[in-house]
Amino acid sequence: MLKVEKLIFEIGSAGRRGYSLPKLDVPDADMKELIPEDLLRKSEAALPEVSELDCVRHFTRLSQLNYSVDTNFYPLGSCTMKYNPKINEKMASLPQFADLHPYQPESSVQGMLELLYETEQMLCKICGMDAFTLQPAAGAHGELTGMLIVRAYHTSKGNPRKKVIIPDSAHGTNPASAALCGYEVVAVKSDRNGRIDLDALKSVVDGETAVMMLTNPSTLGLFEKNVRQIADIVHKAGALLYLDGANMNALVGIARPGDMGFDICHVNLHKSFSTPHGGGGPGSGPVGVTAALSDYLPVPRVKIKRNRFILDAESKKSVGRVRAFYGNTGVIIKAYCYMKSLGGDGLKDATIEAVLNANYLKARLKGHYALAVDDEPCMHEFVLTGKDKKGFGVKTLDIAKRLLDYGFYAPTIYFPLIVEEAIMIEPTETESKDTLDSFVETMIKVANEARSEPGLLTSAPHSTPVRRLDEVLAARELNLRWKRPGA
Amino acid sequence: MKYSPHTDKDKKEMLATIGAPSAESLFEAIPEGLRAGKLDLPEGISELELKKSINDKADKNYSTNKLISFLGGGAYEHHIPQVVESIISRGEFLTAYTPYQAEASQGTLQAIYEYQSLICELTGMDVANASMYDGASALAEAVLLAVRETGRKRVIFPESLHPEYRQVVRTYMSGYKVEFTEIPHAGGVYDEAVLEKEVDGDTACVIVQNPNFFGCIEHADRIESICHAKGALLIASVNPISLGVLRSPGEYNADIAVGEGQPLGIPLCYGGPYLGFFAVKEKHMRRMPGRVAGVTKDMDGKRGFVLTMQAREQHIRREKATSNICSNEGLMALAACVYLSSVGREGIKETARQNVMKSHYMKEKILKLSGFELFSDAPFFNEFVVRCGKDPEKIIGDLLKHGIMGGLPLGRFYPGMKNCMSICVTETKSKAEMDKFAEVLSKH
Repeated sequence: MLKVEKLIFEIGSAGRRGYSLPKLDVPDADMKELIPEDLLRKSEAALPEVSELDCVRHFTRLSQLNYSVDTNFYPLGSCTMKYNPKINEKMASLPQFADLHPYQPESSVQGMLELLYETEQMLCKICGMDAFTLQPAAGAHGELTGMLIVRAYHTSKGNPRKKVIIPDSAHGTNPASAALCGYEVVAVKSDRNGRIDLDALKSVVDGETAVMMLTNPSTLGLFEKNVRQIADIVHKAGALLYLDGANMNALVGIARPGDMGFDICHVNLHKSFSTPHGGGGPGSGPVGVTAALSDYLPVPRVKIKRNRFILDAESKKSVGRVRAFYGNTGVIIKAYCYMKSLGGDGLKDATIEAVLNANYLKARLKGHYALAVDDEPCMHEFVLTGKDKKGFGVKTLDIAKRLLDYGFYAPTIYFPLIVEEAIMIEPTETESKDTLDSFVETMIKVANEARSEPGLLTSAPHSTPVRRLDEVLAARELNLRWKRPGA
Repeated sequence: MKYSPHTDKDKKEMLATIGAPSAESLFEAIPEGLRAGKLDLPEGISELELKKSINDKADKNYSTNKLISFLGGGAYEHHIPQVVESIISRGEFLTAYTPYQAEASQGTLQAIYEYQSLICELTGMDVANASMYDGASALAEAVLLAVRETGRKRVIFPESLHPEYRQVVRTYMSGYKVEFTEIPHAGGVYDEAVLEKEVDGDTACVIVQNPNFFGCIEHADRIESICHAKGALLIASVNPISLGVLRSPGEYNADIAVGEGQPLGIPLCYGGPYLGFFAVKEKHMRRMPGRVAGVTKDMDGKRGFVLTMQAREQHIRREKATSNICSNEGLMALAACVYLSSVGREGIKETARQNVMKSHYMKEKILKLSGFELFSDAPFFNEFVVRCGKDPEKIIGDLLKHGIMGGLPLGRFYPGMKNCMSICVTETKSKAEMDKFAEVLSKH
């Protein structure tokens, strides 16, 4: 089914309306009498002129051009595309949450504050941390918050320090967050299995090291067995250890970052805790810290005072505010519902089944694709390499595009950077064996096509709403917005 | 409740394929000493129990839909056409990821492109990105852009800038050697004489919020002249609904326009998720943070959309990226896109007009009461500040008993304004509701 939907600007007609407001029931006036003319807009914004049906049909059709968890298996590594429970959407949209103004008196939002407080407590227990902030709006925002805490902590000791150590297998947000906070990034090489090379680490850690950012399990899907030794090396130099919690779906209920020696961690509610990704956001990236660092958390904090929940904006040591108001509360409500629904044992079972699913896929695919590393069971995800398919003139990108033809979203590709032609697969626990089997059969079929009919892959996709798109053309002849004709 | 689908038989078969004795054995890489004991959380509950327990919590809140609210201060109650919720709750949008595989994400990508176009139209700017976390963090990233682009060290902002935005900008810039200069207000707006004295050759940017935190409309064109005379960048933080009537940042030659997109069809939701919009003049676009969608063609020459200008971003540039942002507020940008499409060319003007007329009606009503006077004579859009004879915190508490969420007491942000509160009136308030508010206020 090949479809192109017109732009919203290309439909409708002058004077058509799709909205209604009550009639103005107060005296009307000449705008210029209330606001001087030189403050008023001169040229109108050329917004669309469509009926309600035009609008609904346009956006509904657009939605049909997407793959989504609700419609397709989405094995994106490091993204944890699990099912997003419907009841959680409903709960978050209750008017007593959705219609709360952030500046309402605390007495009128006790239920909301209680929910935020309990969410922090649950995350503390899951992560083995002493305090949490729910303010960061996404994982990278959590990383920035973490780096600000690191800077504030070291500054209080007299020297903010200069360096942040980051493995070469890390997500790009890690170095970007460290740099945003004014730190110099020092990359540390991974060993053959994608783990931290302890000798390499020792050679870069010194008195100017502020923090090491570590993803555990690593982006290769392997648990960092030496995490305690890493923590010791880092702590001995007076530096801190930060966990990028992107891969918490392998740990919830099984092992806690606090017990591993992490001082700070962020978790992604839009990954491990089931809130939907919304085509790019909103997420939520709460940050947890040990007791020694809790005074540095952003303000305001939710606290209990005389049996009432309050927002406490007083903290001399706090890094300050990282956003207006208190966090993506609409997202937090959904994550709260998820944790409540599953409960302690359910959360642990979900982790076990996520790891089971990943190992099942890995076992079934390894005869057909080369594994990046294969020394033991993987955690919640694993990485293949498409390098042995290059001989057929087929790249990982072609494999990814061909999967789209069969109704599967593609795995994460070309990441981690340390694996050539990487294909990173994370099935999550909510996919059934039937779905996994059908994905495996398709992957095998694609591997066979690569050998027998590589052109099918290099010209893929064939059955999506558009065929392979020219990214070079997009970057060369930038067209980033519609312009009214003649403008 | 659990959402994983495996039966015991499934698990047994899968373990046999893997060659593992048990699912627990798959965790052998985690040293025994690091294994957690049983999670200290209650047992899971059914959907029915969850509904009951969440409803109990919800019932402890007083929602603005049961009260008459006059709260603003950076989050605004506007009418949200039903189509917005209907579209953004579609699973195809809601449960999709960032559109990395463009061919399987054309819906999201085209919607981002349309959103970028709508933001450009509204702000009068050249290029917009796919969204930032919120208005405050968008402003902070704008300041960062200005500091990096100019290589200058001073950041100038007005006392009337949203206090939380000021804090966020300072937090974001804490790793940089920048100097902040706060310009006092004169009658509710920028003190232009002080501004003129302060802006110099080391000024990276001047921030103007329009309307500002006191609701007053700034003479942005005069601020622009002062700012650009010294080669600093002008950053405008604007209320998007106000642009239905007020001069746009493009019209007063701002370099960067940012703002809180929540008024564009996004529920108040106790402060988030909201939407930071970010738009620039073309010459600054390669320093812009965040994702951008662009038009291209497919193999058959058909129009399609992809993420582009990615050489600025963290997944390519790592520590040299213009920002660390990855996840943004995609679904909220979609809400704004549907909202602006739905109200359209006429609706944005009419909505803005109703905000002006109704807030001015309210102002006249309150001025007639004894014990209340206007803080500023400057023109305003939908929000204004009054000085009260009594402590506004007390007034607010009392109003709540009458089902009214009064204004926002400003003493908590400005120690010198303990007797002030701001009052916001949008198109959602009827004359009868405003009359009732005035009547209850008259007893103070």
